[in-house]
Amino acid sequence: MAHDNHGHHELSFTERYVFSVDHKVIGLQYLITSFLFLLVGFALMGLMRWQLAFPGSPIPFFGHLFPADLAPNGVMSGEFYNSLGAMHGTIMVFLGVVPLAVGAYGNYVLPLQIGAPDMAFPRMNMMSYWTYLPGGLLMLSSFLMPGGAAQSGWTSYPPLSIINPGQTVWLLSMVILITSSLLGAINFLVTTINMRAPGMSLWRMPVFCWAQFVTSVLLLLAFPPLEAASVLQLMDRVFHTSFYLPKDLVILGKAYAGSGGGQPLLWQHLFWFLAHPEVYVLVLPPMGIVAEIIANNTRKPLHGYKTMVFSMIAIGVMSFMVWAHHMFISGMSASLSNFFLVTTMIISVPSVALMTCLVFSLKGGSIRFNVPMLFALAFIPLFAIGGLTGLPLGLTVTDIYLHDTYYVIGHFHFVVVSGSIIALMGGTYYWFPKWYGRKMNDKLGLIHFWGSVITMCGIFGPMLFMGLGGASRRLYDPTAQLHNLPVQGWNVVATYSAYLLALFQIPFIYNFFNSMWRGEKTPENPWQATTLEWACPSPPPHGNFEKTPTVYRGPYEYSVPGRKTDFWMQTDKN
Amino acid sequence: MGKYGWTLPVAASSYAGKIDFGIWLIHAAMLGIFVLWGAFFIYLLVKFRARPGHNAVREDHDDTPAHISVPDSISKFPFAQMLYKNKGELKSLIPDMVIMTFEVALIVFYAIPVWSSIKSSVPDTKDPVRVEVVAEQFGWSVHYAGPDGKLGPRKMELTHFSNPIGLDLAHPDSADDVVMGNEMRLPVDKTVLIDLLSKDVIHSFFIPEFRLKQDAVPGLSIPMWVTPNKTGKYEITCAQLCGFAHSLMRGDVFVMTQAEYDAWYQSRLATKPASAQPTNPAEAF
Repeated sequence: MAHDNHGHHELSFTERYVFSVDHKVIGLQYLITSFLFLLVGFALMGLMRWQLAFPGSPIPFFGHLFPADLAPNGVMSGEFYNSLGAMHGTIMVFLGVVPLAVGAYGNYVLPLQIGAPDMAFPRMNMMSYWTYLPGGLLMLSSFLMPGGAAQSGWTSYPPLSIINPGQTVWLLSMVILITSSLLGAINFLVTTINMRAPGMSLWRMPVFCWAQFVTSVLLLLAFPPLEAASVLQLMDRVFHTSFYLPKDLVILGKAYAGSGGGQPLLWQHLFWFLAHPEVYVLVLPPMGIVAEIIANNTRKPLHGYKTMVFSMIAIGVMSFMVWAHHMFISGMSASLSNFFLVTTMIISVPSVALMTCLVFSLKGGSIRFNVPMLFALAFIPLFAIGGLTGLPLGLTVTDIYLHDTYYVIGHFHFVVVSGSIIALMGGTYYWFPKWYGRKMNDKLGLIHFWGSVITMCGIFGPMLFMGLGGASRRLYDPTAQLHNLPVQGWNVVATYSAYLLALFQIPFIYNFFNSMWRGEKTPENPWQATTLEWACPSPPPHGNFEKTPTVYRGPYEYSVPGRKTDFWMQTDKN
Repeated sequence: MGKYGWTLPVAASSYAGKIDFGIWLIHAAMLGIFVLWGAFFIYLLVKFRARPGHNAVREDHDDTPAHISVPDSISKFPFAQMLYKNKGELKSLIPDMVIMTFEVALIVFYAIPVWSSIKSSVPDTKDPVRVEVVAEQFGWSVHYAGPDGKLGPRKMELTHFSNPIGLDLAHPDSADDVVMGNEMRLPVDKTVLIDLLSKDVIHSFFIPEFRLKQDAVPGLSIPMWVTPNKTGKYEITCAQLCGFAHSLMRGDVFVMTQAEYDAWYQSRLATKPASAQPTNPAEAF
């Protein structure tokens, strides 16, 4: 058990902060690492955005730092652009948002919210982080390998991914990262099922715990097919098998030496079988965070707790049946598309229900507009734009035109960036007092909030217009195509917005580290919340709770008539 | 530059209008949903803001005991009882049902019929233009079947820089065939049947003005059709990442009158080399 050694001997620095088995330390390790990876992925995008706004002009300041084969005379090459694109997507999804949403917040908050002393398998938890970090570093190191980093997009479609350089390391690190996620997913499931405190029935778990639980099921079931698919692609590259290669390929005038007989669409099916559930992995935990913050700051129970939980379960189940809506024009059977069209529209029903519950939760409340609440509130309309723009993409007919245009990029960035990442940042402001016993500065938080929200709209809004104009994604030089010229100005707007967004992260980074040591000290339960993570000291000691807490009621008993305070903690007997 | 702007480019094929109708209809609905919800959202934020003298009020169903009495009429139906007891929560599903009804209508009356008419059937035409489009890094070869309506066979071992698609020129079906690079000429108001292929990696054949997009997958021959209905010059681009020069993989489409098209085709046939068969197939590589 996790707390066997509790209090028995002093832990060394390494045991305490590096190879720690404490879920809280591992959670913060995940937090810092994944925020750093988000920063790296953002920096790669900053370089790409220069090329997109001003194709063929040298990158200012940094252009001449790159080797001549990547950026001759400071101008980015097509290969380098494709590497940056592939790595931006991979890093953001697999090294940034997923580890932040699950590894960081799940690890830190889930055991506390269910009243557990630690995760069920603390060593496996440590192993999960120490698989993730080397996997991530291996991914980054591919920039230094001969031929450079992967150049085939984060989707890695064969045959391109099999003939392009850089892909072997990409596949190897994907296999490592998937292993890390699987270790985490099993741990979360066992913890949620077995380690709940007395009285903490499933229907008394906060929405955030349910979100993590459904997410872990998705990770556990969706990742193995991609792991297998990646191994097959690795074999196609390294051992010249032909799982994904048809016969008679002629590459740049030369016959390809593989035996053939494979099918490129097989990869797309396997990839999207993971990558669509993955979208909900990116979205559900942030939605859980938003629900926590909204319940706390409206001072009333969530509207429709059960509706929200059932919606998340429904989304989890349905997310395995919608994958081929990414493939309407891939060349798969046209009648198959009708099936995926219908399932896609079905999955929008629980998604709309979740959003409706969040909005209705505001009704009758006494809304406190503190910094975490602003992030949670901004999530609602911005995520809604992401969700609504999914409609014309999910509909077969309109997808013919919009598929693979900037409309798609705008759509999923509204979902993941101004949706998920905004919510995750809100989570940092909300749980920071728990992590460090101090509060982040409100003024800097406001600058960070308004700056980020406005500049995000400045980046992703123009993408929707570019997409309607027919601008395709992944173009190294958009001005090479005539129909892109009228919308090229939007690229400039998006680029400058992205640079401003980078500037607005400086107050956040400063605020985070400064508040860690110099922030205003906070009491144990600064937000006057009801859930269990606020019923232990901040930061919680090893083992979390002095004695195992008993849970007496549901998670959001705010403003109960006839009580002195407007919050009734789950652990208060009376 | 009237063809292109900030929104959809000019519509130049028979089904472009149907696709545009869907795009505008959905955007109108999206805007309506967003504005209504947005107004409601702001109203809630203002009305229920924390201020002295204002307290949060729980909803009825928050404190409904599990043993709430149900009307006698449904006392025999457990499911109806469950719905009745949770009616406060279930109210939130009403907007959802409205949106779902709209989506079902879209699917039944728009998406499935239009999709089938574009992707699963071909308009009944006699004498269509038959072409084969072969994609490769980084260009498009457009292979016309010619007046006989038959595409000459292709053989991989005949592939050569002067014969990029490996057309068997000795075969009788190839006699009136023409192969163009990155250029497509089509007669207006006539259906074109296209087989889409790729030699190397996945590309995507995209003509924005026709609202035509289809991935070209090596190993598959994917049929599609289009009926251009406006003369003019349009653009073929590649919409699927295909390598370092992906953005340069483009071509032009010229839609012309039937007479202009026939004259152009004859001029191409006249300048076609008598037999461009590589003398030694082994040299092809």
